[in-house]
Amino acid sequence: MNIATFASKRFLVPVVLVLIVVLLATAPLYTALGTIPLMTTILMYIILAVSWTMFSGPTGYISLASAAFFGCGIYASALLFERGAALLPLPAVIVMGGLAASCFAIIVGLATLRLRGIYFTMFSFGLLELARRLFQYYEFYVTGVRGRYVGNVDGNTVYYIMLAILVATLLTVYFIRRSRLGLAMQGIGKNEEAAAHMGVNTTKVKVLTFALSAFFMGATGAIVATRWLYVDPTIAFNLNYSFLPLLMAIVGGVGQPYGPVVGGFAFAYLRHVLQSKTPYYFMLVFGAIMVLVILFLPGGLASLIERGRHRLGGLMSKLWKGDQAEQHADT
Amino acid sequence: MPILEGQGVTKYFGGLAAVSHVDFHVDQGEILGLIGPNGAGKTTLFNLISGAIPFKSGGIRFKGQKLNGLKPYQICRRGVARTFQETKIFADMPVFQNVLMAAFFGTPTRISGADAAREVTQALEFVGLSAMNETPVQDLTLVNQKRVEVARALATKPELLLLDELMAGLNSTEISEAMELVTKIRDDGITIFMVEHVMKAIMGICERIMVLHHGEKIAEGTCQEIACNKTVIEVYLGEEAHAGS
Repeated sequence: MNIATFASKRFLVPVVLVLIVVLLATAPLYTALGTIPLMTTILMYIILAVSWTMFSGPTGYISLASAAFFGCGIYASALLFERGAALLPLPAVIVMGGLAASCFAIIVGLATLRLRGIYFTMFSFGLLELARRLFQYYEFYVTGVRGRYVGNVDGNTVYYIMLAILVATLLTVYFIRRSRLGLAMQGIGKNEEAAAHMGVNTTKVKVLTFALSAFFMGATGAIVATRWLYVDPTIAFNLNYSFLPLLMAIVGGVGQPYGPVVGGFAFAYLRHVLQSKTPYYFMLVFGAIMVLVILFLPGGLASLIERGRHRLGGLMSKLWKGDQAEQHADT
Repeated sequence: MPILEGQGVTKYFGGLAAVSHVDFHVDQGEILGLIGPNGAGKTTLFNLISGAIPFKSGGIRFKGQKLNGLKPYQICRRGVARTFQETKIFADMPVFQNVLMAAFFGTPTRISGADAAREVTQALEFVGLSAMNETPVQDLTLVNQKRVEVARALATKPELLLLDELMAGLNSTEISEAMELVTKIRDDGITIFMVEHVMKAIMGICERIMVLHHGEKIAEGTCQEIACNKTVIEVYLGEEAHAGS
């Protein structure tokens, strides 16, 4: 087999991906103590970045509602635990968290996705506050509690569920990109009016994919709640989770499907390293990195990888051709 | 028999009547031209027909069915396709992908990927772009971008095609080619309603012409009748003659 073809996307990528998943899945068996919680956190950030990009990447609708969906999942999970025990099997709790976020996304999507550009962004940002206040009102006046204790779930289980959500998210992104739904989303992002006049039901496509991306954020929230043990509306609906997915996606690059994965990983890992050493400078350093990436790598970290891969591909095919030339010379 | 009929179509933008009580009809299989000075309401009328702008007073019927209140995608699926005055292309997508979207979504029934690809190939061949499948549309010349728009419209399998200033910005060779293309589309059984400023094109291929001025229809008839119509000459051709002298 030609080595250059082997190095091409078609064979290498699936093999490497399967390998990575296997490595991640077996990680609890051989990693040092304390690695799994860190990896769980990293996976969480990656899922948030990937699911944000799922909708906002192709359509160009910059959403700041991530924290609202994430919070919906967290709260759904909190409501489904009673005295530390889940009322439903754990996977069902996760799905419920996702569905809660999806339902919220459908309702607000129908109302807000007719807004474009900055107006949509502002409104989606407002949703977070709306959700937080709603839950605060509910807890204060209806149930009379300030917050809730969520049952403790074994660390490895949390890790496996997080990994499963990530794999599901990435598979969804992959299939959307290949499907006509993905084509329609791209059309909406590039010229919504033209897409509509070509028969694309833009509202349906937008609401559907908005809900889909919310599902994964909600599912992640549902499992994260079990790590946090205690949840109240202020904790569940945290502003940071609206901005972080967007920042991670930009740093990673939204043009390539793995861009947000790289961005999420880079952010989470940096956060871990810097926060333990220089807790006050973490955001400063991350901010500086972001500015540098935006200035010098508009395509994100992914564009750096793409460049490297092209060079590698070129080098390999050169070597291969050199080899062939030698063989020809021998005969 | 009219394929498209409008009665008392009216649209106000604030206090300004962009289109005011316009009655019109497009007959099956004809090429109808729509002319008028800048700001006459030509594009607005197209936007009303294609559903880009909603309107309340007046009615538009396509093959006897009301189009009022339908969304652009529904109107497109019923068989009314359009192109835009300012080309609205998906700039960094290849030509093929641009047209593929129309083939996938533009028809009322779901079609398979293979069928869609065949439709796209046909449409691109029809407009003469087969050689440029893979080129990103932003790298094409204006005339070819306009061809992509036409191919895209054709891929939705329309019965009526609205062409909004297809010839604007083209040179005279390109205009002749575009005229040929329009005639060819009509000969394929697609009715054409076109807004145009290029008089040579309008007079050359249209069977009938309708004239708008300040949102009102001021004349309608064959090319001959329109060319001799006093009001039209005054508001439209007169201006041009004056500008030319």
